[in-house]
Amino acid sequence: MLIFERSRNGRSAYSLPPMDVPESVLDMEPHLIRKVEPGLPEVSELQIVRHYTELSRKNYAVDVGFYPLGSCTMKYNPKLNDALAESEDLSFLHPYQDEADLQGALELMYNLQNMLCEITGMDAFSLQPAAGAHGELTGMLIIRKYHKVNGNTHKKKILIPDSAHGTNPASAAMVGFEVVEIKSDSEGLVDVEELKKHLDENVAGIMLTNPNTLGLFEKNVSEVVQLVHEAGGLAYYDGANLNAIMGIAKPGEMGFDIVHLNLHKTFSTPHGMGGPGSGPVGVKKFLEEYLPVPLIQEGEGGSYTFKYDLKHSIGKVRSFYGNFSVLVRAYAYIMSMGAEGLKKVSEMAVLNANYLRKRLSERFKVAYERICMHEFVLDNYPVWKNLGVKTLDMAKRLLDLGFHAPTIYFPLIVKEAMMIEPTETESKEELDRFAEAMFRILEEAEKEPDILREAPKTTPVSRLDEAKASRHPVVRWRKEEERGS
Amino acid sequence: MKKFAKSHEWVEVEGKTAVVGISNHAQEELGDVVYVDLPEPGKEVKKGEVLCTIESVKAAADVYSPVSGKVLEVNKNLEEKPELVNESPESNGWLVKLEIVDESELSDLMDEEEYRKFCESEG
Ligand SMILES: Cc1ncc(COP(=O)(O)O)c(C=O)c1O
Repeated sequence: MLIFERSRNGRSAYSLPPMDVPESVLDMEPHLIRKVEPGLPEVSELQIVRHYTELSRKNYAVDVGFYPLGSCTMKYNPKLNDALAESEDLSFLHPYQDEADLQGALELMYNLQNMLCEITGMDAFSLQPAAGAHGELTGMLIIRKYHKVNGNTHKKKILIPDSAHGTNPASAAMVGFEVVEIKSDSEGLVDVEELKKHLDENVAGIMLTNPNTLGLFEKNVSEVVQLVHEAGGLAYYDGANLNAIMGIAKPGEMGFDIVHLNLHKTFSTPHGMGGPGSGPVGVKKFLEEYLPVPLIQEGEGGSYTFKYDLKHSIGKVRSFYGNFSVLVRAYAYIMSMGAEGLKKVSEMAVLNANYLRKRLSERFKVAYERICMHEFVLDNYPVWKNLGVKTLDMAKRLLDLGFHAPTIYFPLIVKEAMMIEPTETESKEELDRFAEAMFRILEEAEKEPDILREAPKTTPVSRLDEAKASRHPVVRWRKEEERGS
Repeated sequence: MKKFAKSHEWVEVEGKTAVVGISNHAQEELGDVVYVDLPEPGKEVKKGEVLCTIESVKAAADVYSPVSGKVLEVNKNLEEKPELVNESPESNGWLVKLEIVDESELSDLMDEEEYRKFCESEG
């Protein structure tokens, strides 16, 4: 039930004392003054409290249970980092305050820029972009500008593997690049021979995720990057999946020129559900002048200032300095984990994924199976063909059994894909519980497949008609009187 | 008689006009179709190029033109009822009518029986 449906005329959650000042008329252009009441819900305080408490109880979150949403790194984020981001000292800062007032915040951002350089092997970082895809867009703008400055405006082709996250081709296309898809080979990796066919003087660059969306490490990455460089292109690293390699491998050392990170995955801000996020972009020295402004620099006497004078800067990509609260969480996380701690995070994320992969492979088919990184993909096509149960049905049944469903139908190169990312923060018992649930579902598929086709039954709403929702979306609630055609 | 491409489109030629759609197998794999992004009439496509895009609850998929030609007409019914692609992929759920330029292009497409075998070998 929506709070609007609880509304009754004249009910309210407050009582104000009688007005003790004279009423005055708004001095405003008449057409700016509202003529109808705004239609806010009229409810009592208790109704409001119950309404939102009930909603929160219907919610599923990492704080409630296992959330193996592949590609999204839904790991537990320490509450300490939230507390710091919310602290009065930081949350009451205003971006228009004088630099001198903001020294603590600037120092934090300056240090974070340097830490991200160290973690990724890049030379300079901009903290501005507000999400992963925004970082990609920033990276693509840098590539376009770089080729323009160097008189290579004919370079219009961006190469992207067919396993890429959908945002990659979208970001390149938005900047006006022509996207060329590179097929994966039989191991699920970039097909180097296929890549060579597309390398010519028009190549502006490549976008690569490593580990890729199958959770596999692109072992030919150095060769791929070198080939693209030889064709005069730049190499872009989608570092959304950094959770798998921190302290172990660096994109900078793999030869990449530009990288973005999703702080709202690996660095202690929850991913998804509308943000806020943060997708900082790092570059090698020769591209530093192209970064969006401002960067933070260390001035004389240990003071920090904004740096706006970058010769080829693509400009600003967001208001002010990015999503500061996300930067605070990332900084607090890195400081409290330390270098060894971050390395351990990646080791545990990879260990957990491999443990669960190994357990599930007793009964399920794993796509391109071999040692994986932080996630892996099940190929449930055989289940569909043999038992008539879709990946979607299995995912829905997991909700009944108390889990968030994994990512499904992605990556596109695996039919009936189910993409599982357990993350480092889950215990062995939790992983076992999930594996048992998956085995149970397989047994149900064999014996009582209708349970799966009708799932979920125990959730606040049962199976939704996704097709109808997409074909005839109703995006706004309307009062009874307003409905109709 | 229908001919099928490896990328799961069908084409049926009457005179100079070719009707194009996706196969029943393709619609099953795609799942519920929610939107079809049809081309403008007049657009010219080459065999193997993207003709239009179909969006399902699972994914967005490109449809490749099984022959070269010029778009004469698109299936307007799909704007309101994209589900026709699921309900009747090889008839009422057709996508595009093309004026074909080279009939010999049909020769390397599969007939129904060959296509069925091809799908089995793929799955
Ligand atoms: C590999 C990869 N790249 C890019 C993105 C896009 O990030 P965002 O959702 O912050 O735009 C994601 C998101 O999950 C991702 O997994």
